[in-house]
Amino acid sequence: MLLIDCPYCGPRAEIEFAYGGEAHIARPAADVSEAEWAAFLYLRDNTKGVLAERWRHSHGCGRFFNALRDTRTDRFHAFYEIGTPRPDVGDAA
Amino acid sequence: MVEIAEGCALAGLPPMVRLVLQGRAAALDAAATSLGLAAPPPMLRAASGTGGTALRLGPFELLILPTPDGRAGVDTALATVPHSLVEVSDRNVGFMLEGARAADILAGLCPLDFALSSFPVGMMTRTLLDKAGAMIWRTDAQSFHIEVWRSFGPYVEAQLREVAQGISFSLLAV
Amino acid sequence: MSGAFRLAGRGRIDTTRPVVFRFDGRMVRGYAGDTVASALLAEGRHLMGRSFKYHRPRGPVSAGSDEPNALIGVGEGGRYTPNLRATQVEIHDGMVAVSQNRAPSLRFDIGALNTLAAPLLPAGFYYKTFMWPRGFWDKVYEPLIRRAAGLGRAPTEPDPDHYALHYAHCDVLVAGGGPAGLAAALAAGQAGARVILCDENAEFGGSLLADTYSLIDGLPGGEWVARIVAELERLPNVQLLTRCSAFNYGPHNMVALNQRLADHLATPPAHMPRERIWQVRAREVVLAAGALERVLVFEGNDRPGIMLASAARTYLHRYGVACGRKAVVVTADDAAYRVALDLAEAGVKIAAIADLRSTPGGPLVEAVRARGIEILPATTIQRAHGHLRVTGAELAPVGADGGVGKGRTVSCDLVLMSGGFTPSLHLHSQARGALRFDDALGVYLPGESIERVRSAGSCRGMFALDDVLRDGVAAGLAATGGKSGPEWAVTRQDAPGTGGFAGALPRRGPGHLALAFVDFQNDVTAKDVKLAVREGFRSIEHVKRYTTTGMATDQGKGSNVNALAIVSNVLGRRPEEIGLTTYRPPYTPVTFGAFAGHARGDQFDPLRLPPMDAWARAQGAVFEDVGLWRRARYFPRVGEDMAAAVARECRAVRAAAGIFDASTLGKIEVAGPDAAEFMNRFYVNVWTKLGVGKCRYGLVCRDSGFVYDDGVVGRIAADRFHVTTTTGGAAGVLNMMEDYLQTEWADLDVWLTSITEEWAVIALQGPRARDILAPLVDGLDISAGAMPHMTLREGSIGGVPMRLFRVSFTGELGYEINVPSSQAQAVWDRVWQAGASLGLTPYGTEAMHVLRAEKGYLIVGQETDGTMTPADVGCGWAVSKVKPDFIGKRALALPAMYAPDRLQMVGVLTDDPRTMLEEGMQLVTAAETPIPTSAEGHVTSSYFSPALGRSIAIAMVKGGRGRMGAALYALRLDGPALKVTLVDPVFYDPEGARLNG
Repeated sequence: MLLIDCPYCGPRAEIEFAYGGEAHIARPAADVSEAEWAAFLYLRDNTKGVLAERWRHSHGCGRFFNALRDTRTDRFHAFYEIGTPRPDVGDAA
Repeated sequence: MVEIAEGCALAGLPPMVRLVLQGRAAALDAAATSLGLAAPPPMLRAASGTGGTALRLGPFELLILPTPDGRAGVDTALATVPHSLVEVSDRNVGFMLEGARAADILAGLCPLDFALSSFPVGMMTRTLLDKAGAMIWRTDAQSFHIEVWRSFGPYVEAQLREVAQGISFSLLAV
Repeated sequence: MSGAFRLAGRGRIDTTRPVVFRFDGRMVRGYAGDTVASALLAEGRHLMGRSFKYHRPRGPVSAGSDEPNALIGVGEGGRYTPNLRATQVEIHDGMVAVSQNRAPSLRFDIGALNTLAAPLLPAGFYYKTFMWPRGFWDKVYEPLIRRAAGLGRAPTEPDPDHYALHYAHCDVLVAGGGPAGLAAALAAGQAGARVILCDENAEFGGSLLADTYSLIDGLPGGEWVARIVAELERLPNVQLLTRCSAFNYGPHNMVALNQRLADHLATPPAHMPRERIWQVRAREVVLAAGALERVLVFEGNDRPGIMLASAARTYLHRYGVACGRKAVVVTADDAAYRVALDLAEAGVKIAAIADLRSTPGGPLVEAVRARGIEILPATTIQRAHGHLRVTGAELAPVGADGGVGKGRTVSCDLVLMSGGFTPSLHLHSQARGALRFDDALGVYLPGESIERVRSAGSCRGMFALDDVLRDGVAAGLAATGGKSGPEWAVTRQDAPGTGGFAGALPRRGPGHLALAFVDFQNDVTAKDVKLAVREGFRSIEHVKRYTTTGMATDQGKGSNVNALAIVSNVLGRRPEEIGLTTYRPPYTPVTFGAFAGHARGDQFDPLRLPPMDAWARAQGAVFEDVGLWRRARYFPRVGEDMAAAVARECRAVRAAAGIFDASTLGKIEVAGPDAAEFMNRFYVNVWTKLGVGKCRYGLVCRDSGFVYDDGVVGRIAADRFHVTTTTGGAAGVLNMMEDYLQTEWADLDVWLTSITEEWAVIALQGPRARDILAPLVDGLDISAGAMPHMTLREGSIGGVPMRLFRVSFTGELGYEINVPSSQAQAVWDRVWQAGASLGLTPYGTEAMHVLRAEKGYLIVGQETDGTMTPADVGCGWAVSKVKPDFIGKRALALPAMYAPDRLQMVGVLTDDPRTMLEEGMQLVTAAETPIPTSAEGHVTSSYFSPALGRSIAIAMVKGGRGRMGAALYALRLDGPALKVTLVDPVFYDPEGARLNG
């Protein structure tokens, strides 16, 4: 069970959280092309390596936040609030 | 109180007024002031003032347990501040779990660390008690105020009793 | 002393406490501290089981959890547990144990005929053999395989025991309580850290319990262990757990332990959990898992009486048991020489030591030689003789060129083998630790891990006792940041041996490798592994799956390295080029009961009871599960079946009034200055113009444009909405709202609160509803003019605060009375009494479904499947055409969302009004449609409508709304297709006159 460091509550067990998919995918305005809308809905990078992803502390403070997790190792490199930019962790593995 | 393990008792809490306040800092500040607090409690902490107790569930959320006279003050204080104040007195039911093994019993259902150094008196949080969402508030070294949604009450009570029955059969030192 | 092979004055058993148990029906005597295996060996009995595939007679190879052969069933009735290792099961009075995989008896087994067929059952046999003829699969092959497959039998009765779970947190978890683990735990504990030390055995000490030679601080192993355990027990920050196996290493240092509390007790106290799972979150983990001696692979190596040398030493020193009278030792390292000395000193004749090495030497070898024991250098074992027990060993010289000469047979009743020691890497590997091959030791050692974990002692290739202790202390200090730890002087110890062997032993001629076992538990032979490589399997992972080596419950503890070496030899590639298969949890098998823990019976899941549940039970309601909720489905009267009760309930609602507990509806309070703006963005509907006190049916789409949820929304105030969701959608809608609010629209001043359980909902529906309710509400005018359909009022009912919605899911005049949950039953009782003389009838979820289907009301999740647009389900009217944006807007503008052949919601009627369709039936265009075909649609809801006196159904049909009156055919599994006609889905009161009454 992952240990997830909620920016508001500190480290908690994974079962308190709900996964929210890839982060930093802005919802486009309603006038974008079909292709852009389809990409927003369905196209994800399926990153092997450090992925920015969303979590919600659904059985805690209820807040969404972002995390950088290496999908190869499950190691987290950063936890940060929604609306803040992706931290630079270099090419951490 | 009913003894559910040696030196550990469980009781249902009487009905009480519960208010969920959500809003930005100004709203939480205003409510704290009306409760007689200098400031809203920090994250995951409870604080009591003359008007009642505020529990900091989230950065923008307080659970307020007002005194009988405290409710009106909260309403007044929030009148001009954007906020959401919703009464949930009947949504939750409360339990009090007390005794030397109380923390051990909770650890049978919850992955939090209940060592006093990690979960001190006055700390509270939402979490899970097995498969039920719950709020746990440590009111004393060996006392926990537990809140769950009403329909989860029988399940959580039964789980606490089940864990309590087996808790005395192993040394739980750390 | 009980047992002819029991040695007085030896062992750690308590000879003052005799224990009697049964094995295969026969009384066996042992002592407290014995395992089933040690007690049977004390009687001279090695035969304890039959093998999985060939039903070969088998005895214990080991003395611990790595045992592949001696698997037994223990207990009776619901407590019966199969496949336990006799080498680990502690005996107690009255215990009942049985051997497995034999019929009719262990000594004579019909299935052993498979051995004669061994050449016919090579690796991949099943894949190759059971491919054709195809028709044979169901009738012949599968039943045959099912009968033969599986090991042990599952208990058929419910498990009467309790199992527990405990979450624990510590600074340092030490897995393994041998010398390294004890040293690490003490060092960490003395540094003040929170420490958990666990060991799978009944007592701490590991290899030291079987070591009477080494001296630590002048103490023999067992006494030193007692001293250290006593020191640990005095530390309040150290948790000691015996009979507790670390079986799973999860991400972020969460390690699962399985503690066996009750199985070793004859009469466990009431309420004692049988086992407890510890989920330990450790800041640091020290693995002190030890090393396992390797078996040697030669013909007949599985005969009872052939075992690991270290196991014989353990049986001697821990249990006071001599495993035979006359032993042959076959070894590739020095450790077996110590075993030979110990056994010889205990009176066991050592017939010969065959050493695979050409020039064994050193003090240990010299000590053996001095004792007059024959040492045969450069000697292999060609084969073992015997059937139910080994009777002799054919020992043969290995020439300098590797050729094996003619051998001689030495009679014996015990063959001890030692191929050297394999560090236990299971937990390290589960921790996603890398492995590196060590050329000097010829084994894999732990490399880097992504977790905060370190290995100590022999599990990382350290074998000298003083090194092991120092390594343990160092690990304990490193895990805690401590500076100095305990020190001990090892004043006597064996030097770590050199040598070791992996793979199939050299042999003369082709031999019979089909009987040289690599994996005892899965009956995989050296020949199988070689065959797999010859047939083209190059990856060790493929060899594993093809041959099943290492896939048994022992997870390849004894077999993986030998299999690797065989593959390496055949391919002519170095072991590190081949790699090792992944070790998978659990390290040792764990019972299902332990995994279930507290979640069993009524407590498996939370059972959520709505506020009027007790009332419904008193009325004799029949219930159904709706998610976690248990809801009243119908209220049968004496003599009524479900159809009759539901029909009566429906008629009552249409003719008079019905009362229904709708409390499970999801409810969310949306409040704040931007509440209306939020609602506008979230729902497909427009909300800004909805007046206070008004209600509207709201529809939620995902951004994909597909319907997600629906429900009536009431506007309580300019800045406050009372939102309802479906029962099942409550949590999902709230989560989705929070998602958009927190991540897309964080500028909005609006907040969400779940009020599902704050407000109970009493639905009062039917033409007499107003008559019943009007006298009850406090000073509120609910007349048709004052409170029309789709309005809401705040007020009170008998002094109880109330949010009263005039809404209907039945098509009748109706109200949903929202009151605080704690007072719902009192209000219900008042309504019930008031309605008694007016025909008020309680109805359940089934009648609710029928009534809504008669009106053609959609149920999200029943008519929809996640690919339906609002227009598909006849709700296109709800979608705003003026809002600049809302969730789903862009997707709903895609041309495909309006394709004429999309599935659309329609009603369907059978020709015969009594014929009921089944939900899920596929609709096709012709009665005689060849299968397979593509369907025109499918039935989503089907009921008998009391109002219409006939069956009705709702279906999703391609372009359905344009095909009214058309005929389709509903396919049945058990008869000709049924002709149906497409109609409007609103079957009853299409004008809505009753609704607005």
